[in-house]
Amino acid sequence: MKRTVPLFLAAATGFVLIVASFVPAAGSWGKYAVDWFNILAALAFVLGGGSLLSQHLKKISDQQAGWGYSLVTVVSFLATLVVGLGKFGVAPPTLHPDKVWAGDYKEAGSGFSWIFDYLYTPLAATMFSILACFVASAAFRAFRAKNVEATILLVTAFIVLLGRTYAAIWIGDQADWLASQVVDPAIWHPYVTGLRLDKLTETIMDVFNTAGTRAIMIGIALGIVSTSLKVLLGVDRSYLGSDDR
Amino acid sequence: MPHHPTRHGLGTLLFAVAATFPGLSFADDAPGDAAPPASPPAPPTDIVVEDRPDDAGDGLVVRWTLSKDDTEDADPRTVLKYVVERKPAKGGEFEQVGESTYKQPEFEDEVDHGTAYLYRVVAVGRGDVRSPAAESTEAVQPVLQWFNGRRAWFGILLLVVCGSVVYFIQIARRGTDLYIRPIAGLEAVDEAVGRATEMGKSVLFVPGIQDINDIQTVAGITVLSRVARTVAEYDAELVVPTARSLVMTTAQETVEAAYLSAGRPDAYREDDVYYLTDEQFGYVAGVTGTMVRDEPAACFYMGAFYAESLILAETANSIGAIQVAGTAMPSQLPFFVAACDYTLIGEEFFAASAYLSGEAHQLGSLKGQDVGKGIGATLVVLGCLVLTATTLFTVRGFDVGLLTAIGDYLTQNVLGDGGLSR
Repeated sequence: MKRTVPLFLAAATGFVLIVASFVPAAGSWGKYAVDWFNILAALAFVLGGGSLLSQHLKKISDQQAGWGYSLVTVVSFLATLVVGLGKFGVAPPTLHPDKVWAGDYKEAGSGFSWIFDYLYTPLAATMFSILACFVASAAFRAFRAKNVEATILLVTAFIVLLGRTYAAIWIGDQADWLASQVVDPAIWHPYVTGLRLDKLTETIMDVFNTAGTRAIMIGIALGIVSTSLKVLLGVDRSYLGSDDR
Repeated sequence: MPHHPTRHGLGTLLFAVAATFPGLSFADDAPGDAAPPASPPAPPTDIVVEDRPDDAGDGLVVRWTLSKDDTEDADPRTVLKYVVERKPAKGGEFEQVGESTYKQPEFEDEVDHGTAYLYRVVAVGRGDVRSPAAESTEAVQPVLQWFNGRRAWFGILLLVVCGSVVYFIQIARRGTDLYIRPIAGLEAVDEAVGRATEMGKSVLFVPGIQDINDIQTVAGITVLSRVARTVAEYDAELVVPTARSLVMTTAQETVEAAYLSAGRPDAYREDDVYYLTDEQFGYVAGVTGTMVRDEPAACFYMGAFYAESLILAETANSIGAIQVAGTAMPSQLPFFVAACDYTLIGEEFFAASAYLSGEAHQLGSLKGQDVGKGIGATLVVLGCLVLTATTLFTVRGFDVGLLTAIGDYLTQNVLGDGGLSR
């Protein structure tokens, strides 16, 4: 029963969404499915919050390595929860000034909005900015010319990186000028203009990169169809636990 | 409103310059340069109202012939827009339902199913001068269609692919031996877990940052099931931080069942599958913190990832963990390829569950996918040939009407969006 009901729900919802995709009159059914999912996800927030608290309170209680971080997490979590639920700094709506609790907890100037703008957003931006360093370190490893494939990758990356900057246009213009001093541009220009770094970059991105991406996308689409079908038909039940149970 | 002396000075200067040089014109902005009252533009004609095809009977399309004054050479433009009004055929007043800009003789209207409507269109010129209204002569009622014909080809292809998947699953169930090429990233699962066991360290599994309604998360959870079973058999430790509460509960169920099927229910600890936060970079901070503190020997990333992919993979790389990633996010694949030991690219990721299970009927589904690939490749080659031939024959002056029609049909119907945009 523990597996049959979820399996039935998954299959029924999946087939309803497929039907909704082809029958215009059933188009709104998909929205109902999404609404139900949002209700379930909202209820699951309680479980998530409980998990977060129990994890970190245990770490603090046992004074495990890094328990100070857990303390910061718990205090931040509870403070945000209280400020959000308590609607600190939220003004009553203009239309109903007597209903002091009717304002939006996310409105500009509210305590929750302040926490989001001045605490969360800078912290998230800090984490995101680390990406710049990691791109450099990953590129350094990936672009080492250790074999033929890696060398092709290195050369391609060099062209594309340079081709995305003004340097590529400048180099191309200088090369054009130098060549035009020697030979009439009308003779050679149509044949070599595609070799400018900026043009090469366009060719690499529009032809080779697009072709590769599309091949991957076709594979992904077929994989999604196959996986969805296995889930809907109950062929693959591993997301519900082991097939053996 | 506060007066701004600088702007005032600049404006005075500009008008002084304009007065000095009559060739310069600030026609739209200059005070005192008001155009004489414009005469009404000619009305649009031939109003036609039709049912919007392939919908739930809630749309009508209004088309008309442009006003005679709606021409490119009119300077300034005589017609600025068209105003569309409607009223129920049973009675009532005309009400404006929308606008269409100049040169656009079409308007799509959302209406109530089961009600017939009359329409009229007015051309509007400068100074909101309006033409006489052109009215539709017959009331039109929207019609409900039971099948979205624009998605017919999408449906046919879906049926063929799904049919071939089911067919090959049945073939495999009958005992036919199917060859599946080795996938290095999946062969490495045992190696990664074994290494973690030998080193006495944990295995970290990240199921992406999307919720359980994302098929990539479902695929990631199916891989988690196999990884958890291997971990249980090797008596290693598994840690699964999640970014969604529903994913946490699903992953807990999955891991518990995997430990049970491995005969190690006592080794399962619910606290090892926990929730961090829904926020992308908060989650990244939590997971990378775990990596740096606990130094897991093996890290799996299976699911939907965005900008956090490289932060996770590079942090794990810095602690020397063996890494296996799988995602269907094309933009993140290069980062995983650069930073991880093994990467499951797109379809390999979705094949992981079947591959790791080794069950014949699941492997059959992979063969079914190959039929879809064959159809896709055939259509792409056919499209390329038709379009190339059209270009070549056009250059040589041949009649390419048929080829153009075939090419248009292929690109707009078979290979097009199939009506998915609405």
